[in-house]
Amino acid sequence: MFGSARGQLRDVVFVDGVRTPFGKAKGVYAETRADDMVVRVIRELLRRNPTLPPARVDEVAIAATTQIGDQGLTIGRTAGILAGLPPTVPGYAVDRMCAGAVTAVTTTASSIAVGAYDVAVAGGVEHMGRHPMGEGADINPRFVAERLVDPSALVMGSTAENLHDRFPAITRERADAYALASQEKVAKAYANGQVQPDLVPMAARHADSGWDLVTADEPPRPSTTLDALAGLRTPFRPHGRVTAGNSAGINDGATGCLLAAADVAAELGLTAKMTLVGYAFAGVDPEVMGVGPIPSTEKALARTGLSIGDIGLFELNEAFAVQVLAFLDHFGIADDDPRVNQYGGAIAYGHPLASSGVRLMTQLARQFAEHPEVRYGLTAMCVGLGMGATTIWANPHHPAAGGAA
Amino acid sequence: MSVSDAEGLEFADEVVTAAHVRYAALPGVTGPVALVTLDNGHDHTRPSTFGPGGLRSLLAAVDGIEAHDPPVAAIAVTGKPFIFAVGADLAFRTSITERDRLRPALEALGRLGHEAFARLGSGRLGDRKVPTFALVNGAALGGGLELALHCDYRALSAGIPALAFPEVFLGLVPAWGGTQLLPNLIGADRAVTVIIDNALSQNRTLRGPKGFELGLGDVLLEPADFLEEALAWVGRVLRGEIDPAAARAPVERGAAWAEAVARGRALADAKLHGAAPAAYRALDLIALAEAADREQGFAAETQALADLAVTGELAASLYAFDLVQKRARRPVGGPDPALARPVTKVGVVGAGLMAAQLALVFAHRLEVPVVLTDIDAERLGAGVAAVHQEIDALLVRRRISPDQANRYKANVTGSLTKDAFADADLVIEAVFEDLAVKRAVLAELEAVVAPTAVLLTNTSALSVSAMAAELEHPERVAGLHFFNPVAVLPLVEVVRAARTDDATIATTLAVAKSLKKNAVLVDDAPAFVVNRLLTRFLGEVLAAAALGTPLEEVDHALDPLGLPMTPLVLLELVGPAVALHVAETLHTAFPDRFRAPTGLTRLVEAGRRGVYTTSPDGARTVDPTAAAALLTAPTGSRTTSAPGSRSAASTAGTASTDGADGTPAGLDGPQSRSVPGAAAVRDAALRALAEEIHLMLAEKVVAEAADIDLCMILGAGWPFHLGGITPYLDRTGVSEAVTGERFAPPGVATLPA
Repeated sequence: MFGSARGQLRDVVFVDGVRTPFGKAKGVYAETRADDMVVRVIRELLRRNPTLPPARVDEVAIAATTQIGDQGLTIGRTAGILAGLPPTVPGYAVDRMCAGAVTAVTTTASSIAVGAYDVAVAGGVEHMGRHPMGEGADINPRFVAERLVDPSALVMGSTAENLHDRFPAITRERADAYALASQEKVAKAYANGQVQPDLVPMAARHADSGWDLVTADEPPRPSTTLDALAGLRTPFRPHGRVTAGNSAGINDGATGCLLAAADVAAELGLTAKMTLVGYAFAGVDPEVMGVGPIPSTEKALARTGLSIGDIGLFELNEAFAVQVLAFLDHFGIADDDPRVNQYGGAIAYGHPLASSGVRLMTQLARQFAEHPEVRYGLTAMCVGLGMGATTIWANPHHPAAGGAA
Repeated sequence: MSVSDAEGLEFADEVVTAAHVRYAALPGVTGPVALVTLDNGHDHTRPSTFGPGGLRSLLAAVDGIEAHDPPVAAIAVTGKPFIFAVGADLAFRTSITERDRLRPALEALGRLGHEAFARLGSGRLGDRKVPTFALVNGAALGGGLELALHCDYRALSAGIPALAFPEVFLGLVPAWGGTQLLPNLIGADRAVTVIIDNALSQNRTLRGPKGFELGLGDVLLEPADFLEEALAWVGRVLRGEIDPAAARAPVERGAAWAEAVARGRALADAKLHGAAPAAYRALDLIALAEAADREQGFAAETQALADLAVTGELAASLYAFDLVQKRARRPVGGPDPALARPVTKVGVVGAGLMAAQLALVFAHRLEVPVVLTDIDAERLGAGVAAVHQEIDALLVRRRISPDQANRYKANVTGSLTKDAFADADLVIEAVFEDLAVKRAVLAELEAVVAPTAVLLTNTSALSVSAMAAELEHPERVAGLHFFNPVAVLPLVEVVRAARTDDATIATTLAVAKSLKKNAVLVDDAPAFVVNRLLTRFLGEVLAAAALGTPLEEVDHALDPLGLPMTPLVLLELVGPAVALHVAETLHTAFPDRFRAPTGLTRLVEAGRRGVYTTSPDGARTVDPTAAAALLTAPTGSRTTSAPGSRSAASTAGTASTDGADGTPAGLDGPQSRSVPGAAAVRDAALRALAEEIHLMLAEKVVAEAADIDLCMILGAGWPFHLGGITPYLDRTGVSEAVTGERFAPPGVATLPA
């Protein structure tokens, strides 16, 4: 196909990842535009990789679920121009809801692998304060009329309750314990300075109280206790199990990463922090969307010839504690397995829908550097309307690295 | 305890610029940085200014910062999106209606501003001193720029649209530290460029990168993430990684400083001839800044502000500024703008110099096809070629892109026959100034264009109503009178003729706006506004020349007004033939006041373009042939009258008759003819203006005196310190002496009573 591929697929590497600190909806970023957050991320990626001439970027793919207003107008293209990239660099917008940024990564990575691109910027943004889930949606009446989908499928929290039904072994207590652990791990990661290096400070305006410089995530609650979690109401079902404390919140934020063909990265003096091994997406019944990461992971492992035992580090999105626990139970991994979400997860950091995928990858990349003994890592997330998205990466710091994946 | 309370400095209508404070953590810095945001609660269409409330808000903010725990590491100040701050609230000055409150109020505002800016900029918090930073994210003018100068360090955004000290342009001086701080930062020469030169050059401003080049900032950052990167830079300074002060160019004192001030004086003299005090006061302050300590220098600024506060020049300038900001953008008395018809193709009749200028401005600004026509192929070809050359010149100067140049050149074509105008929505004629010729042109056009196509004339002196009288549809005829050079002077006189309808006026006003011109609606009176007044004015000058006053003396008699050029240099610019045509028209219309232009006639007959010959190095000497042409012949039947003999009383009566030998009336004989000196010429010219304007207002040539002033400012470049002209006539008592009344009550464009 493409001459630059010279008859074989090229290796794709993850060069760098950054994100804005995340905010709570109607919180620090209430008056900040989503595209300005993407601009900040793109500029920071280029600033951190000064040996990459901006004109060498072959694509800017940015995901957003609700592509309206400051998240609309083909945001990959507009943000590229606003960020000061030369107008010769093209861009586009992606939507796969929560797995938007993942999809931006897999599509651009595939283009790199076949030789259509050398370098790409991929990421995601969601300003849920301004664009709540489902804004502008016009549900086709056939969904209900033909019972294609259970009505509970449209409310994410209800799908989480459905998961508790399907897996009675996942109790509220387990969910709360998992949530507490996530908060504690985030606090520890901040204390260890493992989060800050991947953040880019963001100026946030408040018209009646002045400019602010946001340097840390707003959502984490480091002083959470099990008692406090136990006392929370269950808004999705009376006497239910899903609470605001054991789910991710409604959040604002942007992420972005730099991907490149391995040989081009070497040519341009860019360091490879992860090498892409494979990925998969899978669909599940929308009313139990939380199980999505299970089939997508099975599929990704099968296609890459790996088994779950080969995976040394996991970054699993925590939309709800129950869906992470469902995944862990399926693969026989303990709730507190040290390979899982070492820096904590979305329950504490927040989950600005389309952006989260690259947050997972960026954290995995840092963990790879801390654990050269780990050969493979995996990111997985569930997606609204019933999907799962999984990516598998190889650790370049591992002694066996250097060969094709 | 601040100074302000004692003065009772209040301004109820102030749009207060609040100083919000938040605290930002920077890596590796102990203690937060206090980030002050200046915000008046409006968007960028209402930029933030400083009145007493805003200054007090700044003081309160620093008090809060001082009390903050943990103690701050630094103070940084920035603005709302696109605007840092644009200076003192001028409305404060215009809100003062009692004359004896002016000086104390402005003096108090001066001191309050110094107090507030020094409080923030000095970074003194209790017994500590912290570094202070101005993060200039947007427009910074006057006091806004001064606040930035009070800080230890400055970051500039490359996106800043304007940095400037407009004070001298307005009749003030930078009085919150600018005259002292700026030269000690960037040197006296650059300070003179900013404070004097730019201000006197139509208030020229600097963009961010240019300001950075001049030394106004320590770092230039891209606008996309200016604030974040500016704060990161602040962090580097606070951690000791960089020292911006060390990178600044040293300031030259002594001879260099004095030379700079001298250069400033020469600039001011060239533009103003001492006519207005502000520039000279600013230069005194810049001179003082070389050696004075801050307190001395700041006190001198406050004095200067107080002194200028009670000048008529300031009152006139503020009035003129307001006219140019507001009235110039929305012509008074216009019809509903919704009546305007779209203009998608323009015709220009004539291919001479003026027609070519018109074709260019229509092609460039309206971006529509423009067809020129003229009487023969050669003239037409030359005309179209001239326009194409000007388009190329715009391309070379990078004012347009290659694609635009191609577009405009393709759009500008010539046609010998008028059928090319059949689908033109608007045709403007700039043919020879002869009524019969213009009538014929309009009739030919009417045969070809749509009944609603707007037909405009650029005539400077003929009657538009007369031109349109014989047409089937005279209602679509109006005047659109441009000023030369079209690319420079923003005024257009929009002439409503006897039968002109509202849709035509609305369309013409809309076109004027698209052409980026300022329109003033005028009645179809001879020579409209600017040419009538300039001719009346010139008439007095030429009358003195006719009597024998040396041309140089006569020409410089008006210097104390500080006009952009002397009358006889203006004559050369306009061209004696054009001036003659206008003068003849006015003489026919108003023989009592506009003398027969015998001198001009002889000048034109002698083939002279002007009264001066200019040598290659620019020096002007009087041309003896020209001087002779302007002198009254000792015999002959032409009547002339003595200058300065007109008054309100005599216009109603008959003109004094001169002796048969041409001796001016009221004098003994040729041997003892009195030759008016400069003072008499000036007096006569001003009285003539007062009389003429009074009559024009009575005739309703324009709606109000403000329209006269706007015309003279925008069409003749008359300076702000005159307020155009009527404020000057009021404040010198000339209007009352000549007409019995002022043009405006005290306080409107002059000092309050």
